[in-house]
Order: sequence, then structure tokens, then C-alpha cells
Amino acid sequence: MTDVLPGERRATLSAAKKSSRIPRLRELALLPALAVLLIIGAVVNESFLTASNLISILGASAALALVVLGESLVLISGKFDLSLESTVGIAPAVGALLVIPSGFGTEWPAFAGIAVILVVGAVIGVFNGFLIVKLKLNAFIVTLAMLIILRGLLVGATEGKTLFDMPEAFFTLATATFIGLPISVWLALILYGLVGFGLRYHRVGRSLYAIGGNREAARAAGINTDRISWLVFVVAGVLAALGGLVLTGYVGAINASQGDGMIFQVFAAAVIGGISLDGGRGTMFGALTGVLLLAVVENLLTLAQVPSFWTQAVFGGIILVSLMLARFTGGKPQT
Amino acid sequence: MTTVVEAVDVGRRYGPTVALADVSLTVAAGESHALVGRNGAGKSTLVTILTGLSKPDTGVVTFGGEPAPPLGDREGWRSKVACVYQHSTVIPHLTVAENLFINRQPTRRGVISWSRLRRDARELLDSWRVAVEVDQPAGELSVEDRQLVEIARALSYGARFIVLDEPTAQLDSDAIGRLFVRMRELQDAGVTFLFISHHLQEVYEVCQAVTVLRDARQVLTAPVAEVTRTQLIDAMTGESGGLTVVDAASRDRVAADAADVLTVAGLSGDAFTDISFGLRRGEVLGIAGSNASGKHQVAETIYGLRAPTAGVVEVGGRSLPRGDVKAALRAGIGCVPRDRHHQGLVLGMSIADNSAMSILDRMGSAGLAAPGARAAVATKAIAEYDIVAAGADQPTDALSGGNQQKVVLARALASDPSVLVLINPTAGVDVKSKEALLGQVERVRAEGKAVLIVSDELDDLRPCDRVLVLRAGTLVAEHEAGWSVGDLVADIEGVASDD
Repeated sequence: MTDVLPGERRATLSAAKKSSRIPRLRELALLPALAVLLIIGAVVNESFLTASNLISILGASAALALVVLGESLVLISGKFDLSLESTVGIAPAVGALLVIPSGFGTEWPAFAGIAVILVVGAVIGVFNGFLIVKLKLNAFIVTLAMLIILRGLLVGATEGKTLFDMPEAFFTLATATFIGLPISVWLALILYGLVGFGLRYHRVGRSLYAIGGNREAARAAGINTDRISWLVFVVAGVLAALGGLVLTGYVGAINASQGDGMIFQVFAAAVIGGISLDGGRGTMFGALTGVLLLAVVENLLTLAQVPSFWTQAVFGGIILVSLMLARFTGGKPQT
Repeated sequence: MTTVVEAVDVGRRYGPTVALADVSLTVAAGESHALVGRNGAGKSTLVTILTGLSKPDTGVVTFGGEPAPPLGDREGWRSKVACVYQHSTVIPHLTVAENLFINRQPTRRGVISWSRLRRDARELLDSWRVAVEVDQPAGELSVEDRQLVEIARALSYGARFIVLDEPTAQLDSDAIGRLFVRMRELQDAGVTFLFISHHLQEVYEVCQAVTVLRDARQVLTAPVAEVTRTQLIDAMTGESGGLTVVDAASRDRVAADAADVLTVAGLSGDAFTDISFGLRRGEVLGIAGSNASGKHQVAETIYGLRAPTAGVVEVGGRSLPRGDVKAALRAGIGCVPRDRHHQGLVLGMSIADNSAMSILDRMGSAGLAAPGARAAVATKAIAEYDIVAAGADQPTDALSGGNQQKVVLARALASDPSVLVLINPTAGVDVKSKEALLGQVERVRAEGKAVLIVSDELDDLRPCDRVLVLRAGTLVAEHEAGWSVGDLVADIEGVASDD
């Protein structure tokens, strides 16, 4: 306490670094909104701020978090992928159909089925990338078509029925816990950490921002823009498939409509979290806060026993309000 | 003197069009070599060949005696030559530091070291004396700073030959002065420039040698000191006589009792305060000033693109509502906006669509605007304004800058306005188009319309009966036709003239 100097030195240092810290402060724009929601939740419902409820919020949002992670990468690189929500459904379904007795009749071992789930995600990503990067088709329309095709394939393959009887391994991610939290939550946290680190500290990560910010300039700087754009679609596909596996475990079955409509939440979380739809801007921390905000809102609506007929309208309204909040606390246009 | 780059008999065709034919260019180390020519003369083609973006069909390019690297070897090209384009080649959301070292960020154990990146960037900028904050997002840089950062980036790749593609087009006169000082410093440090500009004055100011291209051919290469301005213009246009613009001093003055058609009284707004003037039928009024003087804002406020904070704009005695373009159009104001790419044209749309855009409401009954009627408007405009185009349905982005500007002018005049407001009407167009555009001003004036010209280029102000000078948002001087360049520039810059 008697040593004054270090404090002073710290003060000048932080003043010198001020300009570099301001952009990082913007990433925290959603935290006030999140804090307000937590306070409201605690006041409105006494069971809200309990450990079990908070864990259930995390468990419920792990699948969404993984898909948002993939979508954020695609958005940062300046592209779109709407088909991720259908990947969430079809990838685990293909894996399950290869494993369960009532499926294709192959009855593969569980681990092979799970590996297939990730491969299906990657294959869809490769195909999307081929159409968008190689053939230079419009990403929005290509992935919209893929969304419909994949959904149709899933409904066709399952004849609209729900798949049960998967081996326990299909559910482990969502059901097994480690230090109180589901494995899926740990998995999401680790992946966010890894990707976030890579985006900031690895050349490939930085080149995503470069490609999304100014594709021609990135190419001129020697970045292989096509290869990286393609790779991003593959990674996003794998992450969506993984999200689908987590969702399967969380629900305990695969419905033919698994993931249906999820893409709206994915985009909402990403944009609320500060990922620019124009590319080149956004961080994984921001995207994660976006996911958490949506999850907390959903949980609050359930706890407040809002009639289920009204939840959609309320949910949409809250997305709009939080977008405005993020706009004014963050101060940056979200276009 | 050693040569930095030498192109011998290079030629390039695109399909049936010859873009470049047997051009030879030798640039000596440490000089600034000007490359001038009208739009479409082959300058861009030569630049793409010199920067390794396309391969010449004939001829060879050598750098310091060594043959040019193969097209795919970007690394090799980057270490020899770089081009600073008019459009930005930085990544807007990344910091200046990262832009300088994109895709070659310093790493420690495979991980980017941000502190070293910032330090390296600082050192690089310091060594070339570029005073730019390295932590700033590159998208927030001014055009001037952005160009300096791009030059520093090129130098850091080892290139000592830099192509500047119309670097002064978007700069005001102060910034141009600073750019020239910087160019001379870099020249002293061994950097060689190929300087492309439409402003011949700049060629004399900063270059030692000049090459003129015309119709894909090389028509002149000489030391700048040995060519006169007239010779240069003759070489560019292929005819003698230089820039012929009607000087207002050579025609009769406007009758003093002619009524004001446009009255601006006590107008204040973005970057200007308390501006008052009147504009009579058949009069051409100019407004001069530096980029920061607020002159563009005055013109944009008159046309309704901006809302004034005080004061009124009256057309024919009726005051206009604040900041309402539609009302201004209806009252009889036509405008050629400042930037034809952003405000003037919808580039992907045809000449017909663009030229009829402001009069869609008066083409047919019930708001209908038949394609045939729009095409007729455009065909008339093409003939009347001498627009070089394949037809009314050609997209405007396929036109040269001068022809694009003629389309914008045609649209401004399509509504038969009584007041025509021109903002930088000849920016980025070649000498020939400049003459044509200013010739239109004379025609319009003779019809009895009033014209207001706001421009960075003094040539544009020649047809004016009076020129008002704006400095720091206020009117400081008025010059009658026949003004001397020295006096006008002295008033614009706010310094005493000595010529």
C-alpha cells in the first residue's frame, strides 16, 4: 500500500493503451443488457437465480451456441449459410439411421455412427463451398436451396417419423456431466475459447476478417481467399452437425423437424452479439453473449409462465429490443 | 542513371480492341515519371502490365535489367512494384498496424504477437515519417493518410517503384501540397514514382519526365522541362489549341436589371454560416474554396440534399422548404451532384433509366413511365450531349468517366430547370469531355437559365460571370470575370498573392 509508483505506472500504461482497448470494450456491449435481465429474473422469480436453473439455461443453449459459432465464422468471412439449421437435423439422423435396428439395416457400432454425423456436416460444407466459392453462386440462395433440400431429405428418409432407440453414446454429450455442467456446455465453451483465440492470434483467423472486410485487398496480400472461404463452410457444417448431436442428446430423440426454424435464432444471436452481416467484424465473445441473452430470455418466459401461444411474439419483440440496446450501448451501426 | 523499370514495345489486346500498342517506357531510378492521357488512352492497361496483373501480348517488361517475374509470383511482383489505387485497398475494420502486415503478422510459437506487430508497424511508419496512429481502424483514415499507409506497406515489401493512380483526385489543395512534399522526400530516399493525373499543373510541379498515351499509342516521352503545357494538351487530344473554354470575360455582361432567379439569404448549415447571394437569369456564378471551405455543402443545401440551420433559399421569389430535394426539383433546380458514382448514377442501370430518373413522374399518366418513353429521353440525350455509347440501354458503368458525367448532366437538365447547380462537374474526366461539359454550360446560359458552378478546378470557373470565394464557411471575396489565377488562389488559400 505504501508503494505508490506501480499504481502510477499502471495509470500511464493504461492511458497509453486506451486507444487499443476501446474496440475491445465494444465487445462487452451486451453485458449490461444481460445483467439487467438477470436482475429482472431474480426479482420476478425466486427460482431463477438458482444453480440448477442456471445450469439448465446453459445446457439448453449449448446446441444453439455451436451452430452460432459456425455461422459467425461464415458471417465474418463475408458469406451466408442458411442451411446450417437443416444440417442440425439431417446429420444426426443419418448417423442414427446407420446405427439403430429400425434404420437402414446396417446397424453400425455407435462410434462409427457418431463419426458419420461429423462427416455428413463436413460433406454438406464441402458441397456448399463448391457451389459458392468455385461456381460463384450466390451464398444466400444456394444455402436457402440446401436448407430446403436437406430438410426434404430428412423427412423423406425418416418418412416424417421420429427416431428413437439410439445407443446411449448419442446422448452422452448432453446427459453426462463434469463438475456439475453437461459435457456439451464444456465442449461449447472450449470451442468458443479455441476459435476466439484462433481468430485473434492466428494468421488464418485474421485472414477471415481480411476476406470479410475487403476480399480483393486480402487476395492482394497473398491470402488464398477461395481456399479459406471454402474451409469456413466445412467448419461451419461440422459445427452444425455437432450442434445437432448435442440437440439429439438434449431432446432424447430425432424429430423430422429437428432444427426447423433455428436459423432465425442463430442469426439473431450472432447479430445481437455484434457479428456484422456485411462481414469482417465481430468476435466469439460477442456471439457467445448473444447466445446467452437469447437463452436467458427464453428461460424467463418459461418461468414467468407466458402462455406458449404468445412466446413467439414476445421472443421476437425482445430480440428487437436487445438489438436496439446493443446498438446504443455499443454505438456502432449493425449493418 | 540506372533504370528501375523498362517496358519495350508492349502491346495488349482485349478481343478485337487494341488496348495498348507498342508502348515503350523507361523510368529512371529516383525520378517521378508522369503518365498522362485521356480516359481510355491505355493508362490503366499499362499499369496492369507494369504491376503484373496482366501479361503483355507483345514486348517485354524488365525491372532493373532483370526480366519480370511470372504472373503467378505475387511475392516477386510485390517486391518490385506496387500501385496505390484511387479506391481503397485496405481492410476497413482492421487496424493500420495489421493492414501493414496482413498475412505476414509476426508470430511467436505460431501465435501472433500483437505487441511486436504494433512495434513493427510503428517502426515502419516512423522510418518513412508517416504520422498515423497504428491502432486506428484503417477504414477511418483520411484519403491522404490511407495513401501514405499504402505507400509504406508497398515499401515494406521491398518495392522501390510505386505507381500512383490519380492520387490527387480526392485530395484538397493542402493535402496535395503535403503529398508532393512527401513524394520529393521519398524520391530523395531512392523511391521512384509513376504518377498518373488529369491535372497537368501537377505534372509540372512534381514530375521530371512525362509520357503521353493517346488511343492506345505512345505519342510523347520527354523531360517535363522541355514540354510546354500547350504541347502536352495537344499530345493528349491530338489536335492543337489546348483547352478551349468560353471565358465569361469575352462575352457581354448580364444586364444589371435582370431579375434574380435564385436568392440565397443568410443561409447557414453544415460547415458554413450566413451565406447570401443572388443569381440572375442567364448568369453563371462560381463558388471557389478549398475542400474544407464548405462550398460543396452550400450547393448541396440549395438543392435540398442537406437541411440549413438558418436562412432561406428562394427560386423565382418563392422560398423552398428545408432539405427537400423533390421540392427543389419542382421549383426548377437541376443538380449535378458531387460524386457521380455515389450520388449521380445507379451504375448497374442503363443510360435510359438513369437519364429519366428525375422526370419519371411527368412521363405518362398515372405514374406510368414506359420503357419506350425512357429510351426516347436517353436517345435524345445521347445525341444532344454527344455521349459516346452503344445505345440507350447500355449500362452506365460501361461508360468512360466523361460520358458518365454527361449522362448526369443530361438528367439534371431533363426537367428543364431554371437554375442548374453543378458540383465538381469535370472531376476525373479527360480534357475533351471537360470542354464538352463546359460547352454545355455556355449553351444552357444562352438559353436564359442561371448556372451555379461549385468546383475545385479553376478551369471550371472560367465560364463564370462572377466567382465567390468561400473560406472556412464564410464568403470572403468576389471576383468578376477575367480574374487572375494568382488573385483567386490567394483568396482561396487566405494568403497574399505576389503575382
